[in-house]
Amino acid sequence: MGSAVSFEGVTCTFAARAGGAYTAVEDVTFSIAEGEFVSVVGPTGCGKSTLLNVAAGLLRPSAGAVRIFGEPLAGLNRRAGYMFQAEALMPWRSALANVTAGLEFRGLTSDEARRRGEDWLARVGLAGFGDRYPHQLSGGMRKRVSLAQMLILDPQILLMDEPFSALDVQTRGLMENELLELWSADRKSVIFITHDLEEAIALSDRVVVLSAGPATRPIGEFAIDLPRPRDVAEIRLAPHFVGLYDRIWHSMKAEVLKGYAQTRNRVAG
Amino acid sequence: MRRAPWLWRGLLLVAILAAWQALAQPGLLPPIVWDNPDRAAFFFGEPVKIVRVAWTWFADGSIYGHLWVTLEETVLAFVIGAGLGLGVGLWLGLAPSASALLDPYIIAANAMPRVVLAPIFMVWFGLGIWSKVALGVTLVFFIVFFNVYQGVKEVSPVVLNNALMLGANRRQLLRHVYLPSATSWLFSSLHASVGMAFVGAVVGEYLGSARGVGYLIQQAEGAFDINSVFAGMLVLTAFALVLDAAVARAERRLLRWRPAQSEVEPL
Repeated sequence: MGSAVSFEGVTCTFAARAGGAYTAVEDVTFSIAEGEFVSVVGPTGCGKSTLLNVAAGLLRPSAGAVRIFGEPLAGLNRRAGYMFQAEALMPWRSALANVTAGLEFRGLTSDEARRRGEDWLARVGLAGFGDRYPHQLSGGMRKRVSLAQMLILDPQILLMDEPFSALDVQTRGLMENELLELWSADRKSVIFITHDLEEAIALSDRVVVLSAGPATRPIGEFAIDLPRPRDVAEIRLAPHFVGLYDRIWHSMKAEVLKGYAQTRNRVAG
Repeated sequence: MRRAPWLWRGLLLVAILAAWQALAQPGLLPPIVWDNPDRAAFFFGEPVKIVRVAWTWFADGSIYGHLWVTLEETVLAFVIGAGLGLGVGLWLGLAPSASALLDPYIIAANAMPRVVLAPIFMVWFGLGIWSKVALGVTLVFFIVFFNVYQGVKEVSPVVLNNALMLGANRRQLLRHVYLPSATSWLFSSLHASVGMAFVGAVVGEYLGSARGVGYLIQQAEGAFDINSVFAGMLVLTAFALVLDAAVARAERRLLRWRPAQSEVEPL
């Protein structure tokens, strides 16, 4: 099986506001196979989102390249859907109009777009909420709209940037299960960014651990050989899950502490 | 006070008007400032007579022609000024080099007291409605321009990137992201800009015209008819309130997607 996304020596350097340069990620090389669900975990502020923006084509790496299904990426990644961490819905569009936005941009007739939009709203459990505006929906409902907005275009690659981090624990568990269910229907390739190791293990086929920033790079990869289908709430209690968690946490711990110390120094200084 | 604000507001108005009427009444109070008992009424007018003048204007229908002209000027000034402000605001918001070039000129033009342009506009456009519309446009344009410019600058980068990832091209970004965001800022300045269009119309009429409520006031002033001046102001105020209510209605309809200030209130 070929790789859907491969990072080849990707380095991203930004000009810092105070002068000088800040290297967010340095020489990152790893790949995601077709149909694979990969989580990327790392301490906060380590440049996880930078990697995702590179894969989306929103950010051009300073060095290195990204290949999408073997071809070098130039411009926006048209085969990927992106679910952002922050609120990304257009507030002036109703839930339905948000879901169908991508179809509209592609020039579909409004009847057809509407039919498919209603269908997707129902699939994410929001049937009958189509005419609500984003501010009239709860945080979890808005995330569902975002999910439908991305999935309706049937992208081959899903890029997800801590999509559920703003949700409460219960809603989050529900959303994770729904994501797994939707994913298992047609097994797209997923890069799922999170800082929550439990979430990463429960969802993924493989977990990539990043070092603390600056100059973040992968420091470990762990195959998650837990059986599917999974229930994220139940699988957390499985002995094998606990073993995996211990192993990965052990490799991360030093980096998390390093990242924490840096943040503290930045605040203190 | 909290339970029946309207009652208290009404009482306050009645009290002020009664005091005004009493103080202006010839001979009611012993002369303190003026020895001529009619002097107070001459300088300050009398509420009863003011209302009577306004009433006569509406009863004989002579006011409608003037009101219509003022309304026409206000609406034209608003539509043209807002259209130009929206267009230029979008353009400069999306073209950093053009905005860097024009920025100081726009600040300077906005800082200039534009009412002094009124006589020039009268030379250019004559004494008809267009010189008043031009004055209103210069007032409305900057309010709308600055709001739209800000709206374009403050489009959420996440919403923008999301639209890009959903496949929007440049034109679609403009149509579906920048324009809605900019118009929401335009509507938040709607009250101010309609008010400015109105000011432009009335000031223009006041400085030189043959019709309109501003003209009416100017005529009365020329004849030292203080009651008619106040009656004209009364009509203008009522007109401005009606205009403002219409704007509020339009705003509620068009910005349905925006969260209300607070949807629940403590009892």
